[in-house]
Amino acid sequence: MSDTRKLSITVNGTTHNATVETRMTLVDFLRHELLLTGTHVGCEHGVCGACTVLVKGVSVRACLMLAVQCHGATVHTVESLAQGEPQGKLNVLQQAFQDHHGLQCGFCTPGMLMTLTEFLRDHPDPSEAEVREALSGNLCRCTGYQGIVDAALAAARKMREEVDESK
Amino acid sequence: MKPAPFTYHDPRSVTEAVTLLAEKENARLLAGGQSLMPMMNFRYAMPDHLIDLNHVSELSYIRAENGALKIGAMTRQRDIEFSEVIRENCPLLQAALAHVGHRQTRNRGTLGGSLCHQDPSAELVNVAALFNATMHVVSQRGARDLPYADFAVGYMTTALEADEMLASITLKTSNKTNTYAFAEFARRHGDFAIVACSALLTMNARGEIAEASLALSGLSHAPVRPAAIEQALRGHKPDPETFKAAAAEAEKLEANADAYVTAAYRKHLARVLTYRALEQAAARAVENAHV
Amino acid sequence: MDTPEKLTGFGASVKRKEDPAFLRGEGQYIDDLHLPNMLHASFVRSPYAHACIGKIDKSAALALPGVHAVLTFADLPEPARVNTLPCLVPHPAIKQLKLPYALAKDEVCYAGEPVACVVADNRYIAEDAAQRVEVDYEPLDAVNNCRDAVEDGAPLAHAGAESNIAARFLVKVGDADRAFAGAAHVFREKIYQHRGGAFFIECRGVVAEFDKPRGAFTLHVASQGSHRIKRSLMEMFPLADHEVRVLTPDVGGGFGPKGSFYPEYIDVAVAAEMLGRPVKWISDRREDFMATHQERDQYWDMEIAVDASAKIIGVRGQLIHETGAYTPWGIVLPWITATTVPGPYVIPHLKLDVLSVFTNKIQTTPVRGAGRPEAVTVMERLMDRVARELKLDRAEVRRRNFIQPSQMPYKVGIIFRDGRPVTYDSGNYPACLDGALKKSDYANFPARQAVARKDGRYIGIGMAIAVEATGLGPYESATVRVATSGRITIYTGASPQGQAHKTTLAQIAADQLGVDYTDIDVVTSDTAAVALGMGTFAARTAVNAGNSVHVAAMEVAAKAKKIAAGMMECLEDDLELAGGHVRLKSAPDVKKPLREIAGRAFGMPGFSMAGGLTPGLEHTAHFTPDQSAYSNSAQVAEVEVDIETGEVKILRHTVAHDCGRVINPMVVDGQVVGGVAHGVGNALYEELKFDDQAQPLTTNFGEYLLPMAADVPRVDLVHLDTPSPLNPLGVKGAGEGGTISAIGAIISAVENALEPFGVRIAEAPITPMRIVELLGEHAKGRTA
Repeated sequence: MSDTRKLSITVNGTTHNATVETRMTLVDFLRHELLLTGTHVGCEHGVCGACTVLVKGVSVRACLMLAVQCHGATVHTVESLAQGEPQGKLNVLQQAFQDHHGLQCGFCTPGMLMTLTEFLRDHPDPSEAEVREALSGNLCRCTGYQGIVDAALAAARKMREEVDESK
Repeated sequence: MKPAPFTYHDPRSVTEAVTLLAEKENARLLAGGQSLMPMMNFRYAMPDHLIDLNHVSELSYIRAENGALKIGAMTRQRDIEFSEVIRENCPLLQAALAHVGHRQTRNRGTLGGSLCHQDPSAELVNVAALFNATMHVVSQRGARDLPYADFAVGYMTTALEADEMLASITLKTSNKTNTYAFAEFARRHGDFAIVACSALLTMNARGEIAEASLALSGLSHAPVRPAAIEQALRGHKPDPETFKAAAAEAEKLEANADAYVTAAYRKHLARVLTYRALEQAAARAVENAHV
Repeated sequence: MDTPEKLTGFGASVKRKEDPAFLRGEGQYIDDLHLPNMLHASFVRSPYAHACIGKIDKSAALALPGVHAVLTFADLPEPARVNTLPCLVPHPAIKQLKLPYALAKDEVCYAGEPVACVVADNRYIAEDAAQRVEVDYEPLDAVNNCRDAVEDGAPLAHAGAESNIAARFLVKVGDADRAFAGAAHVFREKIYQHRGGAFFIECRGVVAEFDKPRGAFTLHVASQGSHRIKRSLMEMFPLADHEVRVLTPDVGGGFGPKGSFYPEYIDVAVAAEMLGRPVKWISDRREDFMATHQERDQYWDMEIAVDASAKIIGVRGQLIHETGAYTPWGIVLPWITATTVPGPYVIPHLKLDVLSVFTNKIQTTPVRGAGRPEAVTVMERLMDRVARELKLDRAEVRRRNFIQPSQMPYKVGIIFRDGRPVTYDSGNYPACLDGALKKSDYANFPARQAVARKDGRYIGIGMAIAVEATGLGPYESATVRVATSGRITIYTGASPQGQAHKTTLAQIAADQLGVDYTDIDVVTSDTAAVALGMGTFAARTAVNAGNSVHVAAMEVAAKAKKIAAGMMECLEDDLELAGGHVRLKSAPDVKKPLREIAGRAFGMPGFSMAGGLTPGLEHTAHFTPDQSAYSNSAQVAEVEVDIETGEVKILRHTVAHDCGRVINPMVVDGQVVGGVAHGVGNALYEELKFDDQAQPLTTNFGEYLLPMAADVPRVDLVHLDTPSPLNPLGVKGAGEGGTISAIGAIISAVENALEPFGVRIAEAPITPMRIVELLGEHAKGRTA
């Protein structure tokens, strides 16, 4: 006899109403109910960071939250990042990842992007050491992190330039 | 790694929460979920009732009053990390938090969650021990306060009864002249410390140590306040000889072994980190004296 | 497709075609597959490392709503009860071949071995049910360590086995014993290297479908090669070629273990057929710790003999290699290890006694480096020892012993695992080391070290040099096809897990076909698209698939010119391919689009094919290398050790790397830097603990320490590109070198940092706790 709840959740700007089993994790709900499979599952115990999403604007491990806890909340996943861009374009951070070979297999990438989205918003001019510390909750086994760090620093630079230009 | 079935409750008040806690068999309180959720995913924890405290807003606050700092149990670690009130009144707490997990976990993790999980290596547990925090506990039966020393009763075990919950803690931070340090050794940034040592020093006019508090965590089932070492520090100059003597005593504290770390290494780290914590605290005292 | 001509072919650091989809969250990994009516599997796994299985009661599990089946050994179809999983590489030296069944029959030999497969509406229910399957186990003594396992009276890893020795063989060059007798110096080192794992961020997984009317299986597997999985399934049941199709979707890291064949693939396929519905199984991280193959437990007892001038006379000793519970890859790992020992050095006499030994732990099979990191670490430890004993610079000792470029091709005198004599094709080892030393400012290190020591800081520098067999055969498939729409597709059996095949293979074909690399699509690892394939492992794809694509694209270009020459009434030699057309070299505006040529090659109903051309503007090639192409690398690590805590920080890390000609330098750099991070893990962090009954104690990422962003250094790279003469493109493998020589370099640097205390390191990983133990009283530092 499963315990269920009605849930209303706004993901990447779209509000979804669903009935969910209360034990379902947020990441399973996003992936298997909403079919937003960009958010990945790597450990289900909150270490690898692959499932990082923004809930109410702050980064969280979506494997350590229940979907039901996001009733009424806004959630942003990797699929939202290029939403404001012209068709076919990546956002600044995404483009920096491609330019600096910040991904290989691509599996940790969505978590990296969401972690950095929050971090660069709050720290527009970070040092390399600060970027590495910010990334220390996200595991990557392919890249040795170098391309990711370079991408983050380049994206920060680009975003600062854009802010300056708009002034 | 999916949680076993449970019935979910999301009370809006402390009264509602403690009522549920009293009524429901095999119930667990869910705070930030950064420890309990992994345990549920692994099915190490299989509660029949999950009482989610995230909607109990009255449990989330930071207040400085009467020379003490009172913090609600559901206050998120990120809120402590960025709080001006904490920076003013207890910078040590922020120094400790810099070692706790990662941004994503601090965004959700709470003070009370960490203290009730009572991992002996946890940084916040160490700080609670250092201040011998007053733990404000509530249940349907009423409220009681107990010192941290009586709260930690065993390995990942607290003195909370099944129907009780931690509502808040109070740290006595009245002594504005003391200086602090938090030193730990962990394998990677954000990992639980293998051993951590926090220190509070108050200096007298002669530049000697007037009061000293130390808390060492990670050695055994709960953090220790080595009273004899604290006592011995009093009246001594904060110099290497003094720190060495304290460090040598710290190495004699009891320590446990596990699959990864021997007791001997833990004791060795107790020695090294005691020295470093005292050295850093003393350096801060010198800095403060010059300000 | 009329793109401007630009350099996006071989040798260009073009951006990866894979990236935009991955960056948008639009990759299609195994767990992203949602098929209608799909069910979900969870496994009941042995909690004991060694036990007999008694009665299994599945009634409580079956009673749970939403549960569709609980499979045990007895429920498997007869072929899966008669046949074990295959040995992928049989070898006559294997004394005892032990292989698991798809579900344990009557004995479990490691904790985590699958005993029952539960299928339910969703994974949550499947896990609920798995907990309710009651299995009677009678625990047996377990053996947890390969060195103990060869002792008299050790518990047997398999009940009734003759011993714990799976295989024993001798690798020999010359007469080592005689050579040692007359040597000026002989030094002995005992070295232990610990087990680690791949720990890709995406766990393994499979989705199986069974089409009843056609009697055919379709399996989607997060693998390193679909064709070998298809072969294993066909042979087990047995199935006809058309009765099983295996596809590999986007894969979130492989590093070796996803190239193995696992019992879950069979169980899930059986369940899909039995239930008539698709079934998905995704390994969770706990399962990954218990039931995905691991690598590297080896005990070495080695001696090196040198003359008075530090020239190597011989190397001899014993290697005890742990194969774990079973031998799915035969003796591939110890064989590669043994044959990698000589490395870049002239070693006139070599004798290695190699034992491959069973324990009750998950089996060991290739993990990034595949036996090579262990061999390089051991050989480089011996070279450091020679330098220390003879009071010579460590680089100088290496220089005196290097195989010189003039000696290429160089016959090492031993036989590699492909059955061919180990013959290095090309390489300049002295230049490689010098490149790394120069970039790392080795010459000024003593000054840096002196300054640091004055400050009470202990810094050290270390080096390791590796020669690495890459590009192993037998072949890889590539079909290059120009569709009648004019679009170009490459089909290959190669199976990327992050290596950018969709970019690099397109770059190779782009040169031949006169198009931009973005005009070429690459379809990987679908057994219905190409008949044959091996997959991506062992740093083999650039050599095998790369050259197959090269050959196939050349043939397609030649065919296009031949057909166009007929259409345009000119000579083939007057034509070239550019911008999606075949055009006259002398008058580029006179041209025919590839689309039209492909239409001509496709043919029209009822019209005969002119000129005896084979139909289709396409060609399939299988490049079959004669032998391995040997990459080489030299790494220099500079570290600081905190003598009080034992913490090691890598201050600076340099890799000089030679993998022949490079298809895409950006991609190769990424492979090397990523490989170094894996080596950092093996050198300093990663440990899999087991208790004395072989129970795994490390089963989560809190305890298994993968290096994180703050733990790995920025890597400085030096490139050499000595082409391989063995294949048309001149390429060699690049995927593993970063790992192979990293461990030895880091260990060497740590030892060098601790030289004032006489600390000697003979193990990997070297942890802070071990460093403190080795330092003894010195670790008290300032607190003494």
